[in-house]
Amino acid sequence: MSEEKIGVYVCHCGHNIAGTVNVEEVSEWAGHLPNVAVAKNYKFMCSSLGQEMVEEDIKQEGLTRVVVAACSPHMHEPTFRGACQRAGLNPYLFEMANIREHASWVHQDDKEAATEKAKAIISGAVRRAEELEPLEPFRAPINETTLVVGGGIAGINAALEIANSGHKVILVEREPSIGGHMAQFDKTFPTLDCAACILTPKMFDVGNNPNIELLTYSEVEQVDGFVGNFTVRIRKRARMIDTGLCTGCGDCWERCPAKVIDFVYESGLGYRTAVYRPFPQAVPKYPVIDTESCIYYKNGRCKACEKFCPTGAIKFDQQDEVVVANVGNIVLATGYDLFDARRIPAYGYGRLANVFTSMEFERMTNASGPTNGKVLLRDGVTQPESVAIIHCVGSRDKNTNIYCSATCCMAALKFAHLVKEKTHAQVYNFYIDMRTAFKDYELFYNRLLEEGTHFIRGRAAEVTDAARQPGEEGKLIVQAEDTLIGKQRRVPVDMVILMVAMEPRADASEVAHRFGIGCSDAGFFTERHPKLDPVATMNEGIFIAGTCQGPKDIPASVAQGEATAARVLSLIGKGEVQVEPVRARIDEDRCSGCRICNNLCPYGAIDFIAEKGVSRVNPAQCKGCGTCVAACPSQVITGQHYTYDSIMAQIEGLLYDQRTPDEHVRVLEMEPA
Amino acid sequence: MSAKPKLAIYWASSCGGCEIAILAIHEKILDVAAAFDLVFWPCALDFKKADVEAMADGEIDVTLFNGAIRTDDNAEMAHLMRRKSKVLVAFGSCAMEGCAPGLANFADRAQMMRYIYHDAPTVDNPEGVDPQPQTLVPEGTLTLPGFWNTVKTLDQVVPVDYYLPGCPPEAKWVAAAVEAIVSGQLPPPGSVIGMDVTVCDECPRERSEKKISRFYRPQEIIPDPHKCLLDQGLLCMGIATRAGCGALCPSVNMGCRGCYGPNEGVDDGGARMISALASVLDAKTPEEIDTILDTLPDPAGYFYRFGLARSMLQRTALAQENGDRRAHPMAEVPHLDPKLKT
Repeated sequence: MSEEKIGVYVCHCGHNIAGTVNVEEVSEWAGHLPNVAVAKNYKFMCSSLGQEMVEEDIKQEGLTRVVVAACSPHMHEPTFRGACQRAGLNPYLFEMANIREHASWVHQDDKEAATEKAKAIISGAVRRAEELEPLEPFRAPINETTLVVGGGIAGINAALEIANSGHKVILVEREPSIGGHMAQFDKTFPTLDCAACILTPKMFDVGNNPNIELLTYSEVEQVDGFVGNFTVRIRKRARMIDTGLCTGCGDCWERCPAKVIDFVYESGLGYRTAVYRPFPQAVPKYPVIDTESCIYYKNGRCKACEKFCPTGAIKFDQQDEVVVANVGNIVLATGYDLFDARRIPAYGYGRLANVFTSMEFERMTNASGPTNGKVLLRDGVTQPESVAIIHCVGSRDKNTNIYCSATCCMAALKFAHLVKEKTHAQVYNFYIDMRTAFKDYELFYNRLLEEGTHFIRGRAAEVTDAARQPGEEGKLIVQAEDTLIGKQRRVPVDMVILMVAMEPRADASEVAHRFGIGCSDAGFFTERHPKLDPVATMNEGIFIAGTCQGPKDIPASVAQGEATAARVLSLIGKGEVQVEPVRARIDEDRCSGCRICNNLCPYGAIDFIAEKGVSRVNPAQCKGCGTCVAACPSQVITGQHYTYDSIMAQIEGLLYDQRTPDEHVRVLEMEPA
Repeated sequence: MSAKPKLAIYWASSCGGCEIAILAIHEKILDVAAAFDLVFWPCALDFKKADVEAMADGEIDVTLFNGAIRTDDNAEMAHLMRRKSKVLVAFGSCAMEGCAPGLANFADRAQMMRYIYHDAPTVDNPEGVDPQPQTLVPEGTLTLPGFWNTVKTLDQVVPVDYYLPGCPPEAKWVAAAVEAIVSGQLPPPGSVIGMDVTVCDECPRERSEKKISRFYRPQEIIPDPHKCLLDQGLLCMGIATRAGCGALCPSVNMGCRGCYGPNEGVDDGGARMISALASVLDAKTPEEIDTILDTLPDPAGYFYRFGLARSMLQRTALAQENGDRRAHPMAEVPHLDPKLKT
């Protein structure tokens, strides 16, 4: 039995805890636990007075361990660690017992049970506290260069904010140009200002900013290190263009004979050449050669671009280049993918010619798009006289994605307005709920109502070309229950637009693993706290912005991009980081070199030392996640601060009322026959 | 008789392999005979329980006790040997962690009796006779020792001083234990006499980073003789098993079965093994995980082949008195007892 002097402090958290848990009874009870020297309860432990009480007791009573039973350690562990440190107690000898999220909040209907559960949680924390060992954080300098991954509107803003403060930024973009999805849009809701007009100045700023190193057509392959000290490997895919010589004049793509459908920028509605620049305002201005469709790479002939290039910038034998860079912080702004409308066959996309996706329509209305801004059916000449817009295609749907994509209602209203403006067609919106939540959005909705757009409240069941009634021949018929009048309706139209959902990037989970962050159930990157830490992640020094975190519109993406910049700059301003000493450690004398752990580390912190036949954890890279600790079959990896003994002690503490007289936790009834 | 220390060797529920292991120390057995006064060894010498009972408490210096405890008789002898011995050694896997007899803890007494005396394909018992604790015969009443629902390790019944792992313990470790006892240079009480690393430490095979995309049974592939068996998909318990055998099984292309038990300080070797393997499955979706695990028959039998009785699991939940068998995991094992699958 250890001889620690433990202080236990039970927080009322106003009524949050005290309204359900009998805090007086719990603190009185905790006072009788072995080794507990002080047990008190207080209205708000996190207040200055609460913290001072802890500090005072450490000094006066000589406490060697402190347990605060209050909220989640996510909230206030740093607070009370600080109080311990101020009073001269190693902060890692503090333990938080979460009796709010784990007891009072979840058992509000049963005060007695909540009180008993709070006792068990505190008992576990006290037993665990006895096993804690003092630890020292280590300090590391912060590299002032920042990596921004993704050159959409969120990444652009993050990069510009950081660069404008005088710090270096490496901006990596997968596509040949920055701009992201926003570069494909024509108008933006609710103000209907031109997307290109507000986006391209920012793109040019990125291209011209001396603090921004722009790596387009590139991807981050590997990330090592920790906050302040990341090393990243970036693959610059070969453009087959010498950007030092290229002037972006366009002779190459004007002469290129290989035309292919542009599925990326034009959403499959238009063509591009094999050597191409995605769009006129692309940044950088240099084209790339798509070697899969280039004739030269198929049969060794053509070379039209090379012949006509006035500066000799075409380099058919260019190779990928790998750039290794040291950066201090990383902003991920990798964006979203669009839902593949083929996944809902009932809507006929890919089968019925005049069913379009929202992005196809977006390109169609764009003045520089494949129809020069005209709204036309798939035949390329006929204007529709009636258009149906179906909301929530791949959103709010148990069969596909349960979440709301947040932007489609407003985009649908925008489309309805543009159809009216350009064609005078009748427009029918099939919606479940109209979600126009943010500033001035509702005004836009009201405007659309006045413009005479039809709104039918009901999820469309089907789009079909099978006419059943007069007037349906040759039309697409949208079948839906109009839930406001309680009737099935069949609406014949010429054109259907499917408002497809925003989905996580197809490779989001791989990217998350590469950067050591998590994904939500839906697959979007997980923020550190959904309300109070929306752009940080559980991996310090790695921030997320824009739609890679969840569906959101342009203003929200911009705000997040700029928020990440603020977070990065505050870290750079500090100059150094304190790195948590909660780390895994391998007992090399007892490691048998089975190599189970080698592949597991999400942070690449485990090396195999071949000459010794043992594995080793690099403490600078380790994040203390415990994956290897749990996996080690010979139990020779210790998670500092979460040792095997401390976890077992906590479990035994939790089960304090399950003890048999011989002091062992009763596992099962074991009576002999 | 003499001033030589007194040695006893006893077997409870075991196969007899441990006795052979003692003899396998070859000529060192003469040292044992020279150094000790062998006072009790039912397998080899004709002493009776009454002879032990007649001794003073603590009179025996060392008892090597092999076998698990599953009957009243086993327990009675365990208590007797404990009382009469200064040092009690749990000798071999059965006494230390339950070993193969401990696998009975996946069932209960009623299930075992029903299978062994009625349902097993080789049983011919037309009258449905069950063994009875008491049987009246003309000469009087015959008794059988009570048979427990649960197999226990020796230290779950009486306090144990030292442990000697292995099924059976390797001769060199038996010799080391004997030498330690003879020389009086014993480790602190409660120690395991053996190593604190795993079989990989002794295994000459070359290991690489692990990603397992399916498991193979030994008859399904011919393994590369130089590469780690687990890397090749052959289930090898060596990663989670205490060293000491010299990696005997992996040396002859068989995966380690885990007979030396978990590594020093590990409470539940099966759980360690499951956790380790689960970490290196080459799967991205739950379905892929299922597909890989389908290639691993009888995981509980593999992972707890030696250690079930000592593990945190110890046994499956005992069926309720009212006979609700559905709650019992064994009800899901059709080839064992089809009648239970109702």
